Amino acid sequence: MTLIDSLQNGDRLALTRLLTQVENDSAAGRAGLAEIFRHTGRGHLIGITGAPGTGKSSLVNQLALHYRKQGKRVAIIAVDPSSPFTGGAVLGDRVRMRDLAGDAGVFIRSMAARGSLGGLAQTTAAFAQVFDAAGFEIVMIETVGAGQNEVDIARLAHTTVVVEAPGLGDDIQAIKAGILEIADVLVVNKADRPGVENTEKALKSMLELGHPMRHIFQHHGRAMQVESPRDDSSALWIPPIRRTVALEGRGVSELVESIAAHAAHLHVSGEWATREQARLERETEALLARALMSHFQQDVAEAQIESVMGDVYKKNISPWEAVQELMRLHSQKEQA
Amino acid sequence: MSERKIRVLVAKPGLDGHDRGAKVVARALRDAGMEVIYTGLRQTPEMIAEAALQEDVDVVGLSILSGAHMALAPRILELLKANGQSDVKVFIGGIVPDEDVPRLTEMGITGIYGPGASTEDIIREIRESVRST
Repeated sequence: MTLIDSLQNGDRLALTRLLTQVENDSAAGRAGLAEIFRHTGRGHLIGITGAPGTGKSSLVNQLALHYRKQGKRVAIIAVDPSSPFTGGAVLGDRVRMRDLAGDAGVFIRSMAARGSLGGLAQTTAAFAQVFDAAGFEIVMIETVGAGQNEVDIARLAHTTVVVEAPGLGDDIQAIKAGILEIADVLVVNKADRPGVENTEKALKSMLELGHPMRHIFQHHGRAMQVESPRDDSSALWIPPIRRTVALEGRGVSELVESIAAHAAHLHVSGEWATREQARLERETEALLARALMSHFQQDVAEAQIESVMGDVYKKNISPWEAVQELMRLHSQKEQA
Repeated sequence: MSERKIRVLVAKPGLDGHDRGAKVVARALRDAGMEVIYTGLRQTPEMIAEAALQEDVDVVGLSILSGAHMALAPRILELLKANGQSDVKVFIGGIVPDEDVPRLTEMGITGIYGPGASTEDIIREIRESVRST
């Protein structure tokens, strides 16, 4: 039986082993990803992000219960930070997801960010591909508890849900660039707490200042605009704001409706395909950067790098001059 | 980037509600550079085996203070094996009477630690057990 057959037949051991190979960037992992790639593209990738303690994991738990009632298979990728000093991590998102235990239609995998910034691990996108190919209709990706700039999720997910809670920030926080900008759906969780009206008001005023606008992805210095088949403003998506109390499951069915409405909007406007392309381009770029780096490290001896760095430490040359010198050494080696 | 991280599931089966020890161990393993998946209180053997499978861990650490280890440990070992994960090493921390230790070791528990055990010993023995496979 081929790998993809095992995955699609629900072989959980094959699935979990493949994820480990992918995470460790082994040859088997790369071969597995190559095999499954053409089976991807059916799952709805839903990103859940927000500050630590806003209730992301509890909300993911409730959303998963809902999708299970609809008969959909649900994969959850839960990312938590790695220690910058030891590389170790405590991954605690499962604690909030115990309602999902014992259900063969749910698969939860925790990931440590392993030094990656931006709220995801380097291989989170690859994990999403594996789950997608294995036939999970819903793939939820819970980011590291995000501050203001962990916005990688918007490039990976079809639908990004940003979770806020009362009392976290004022209207100035709400007009800054970054995490609120990437929301397709905004959630004010813990809506039974005081201050919920203020939080909602701040988010609303942010939306009124910023919308309607087209979603334009900047990359390669090139702006990639989302062209919709219809040119009227009805083709623009204005992020809805939903109140939830995740611990009690309140507001969750309305949130599921908003997420479904967003997916429908992406299909109608043609943005689904654009987002897929942007994601694949970004993923390829990231892999290329890694490949080039390891190529460079193979070509230029460690001693050479150290000697150049020695000049930087002594302030004889600047880091930028050091890069030019290293590039020169590299092209010398290439020509030799 | 292909550095192999040791992944450990720390779980508390059974009904006792004291998880300070489990948290201390989780933190110590984190500081030793391991990735610790913490699952919280009152886990059934089925929940633990399922989490071990989904997380593809190298090691399962059980915190048991209730005295139910002779019932819980074999059940968890059995479920791991049924899932194809008989290579996963299982450690127990908590209150285990001396006379139970040989029987637990015989059924396949890799390490058993009582009160006062040093986290250095736990870390070293986890590393050795994972390296030996």
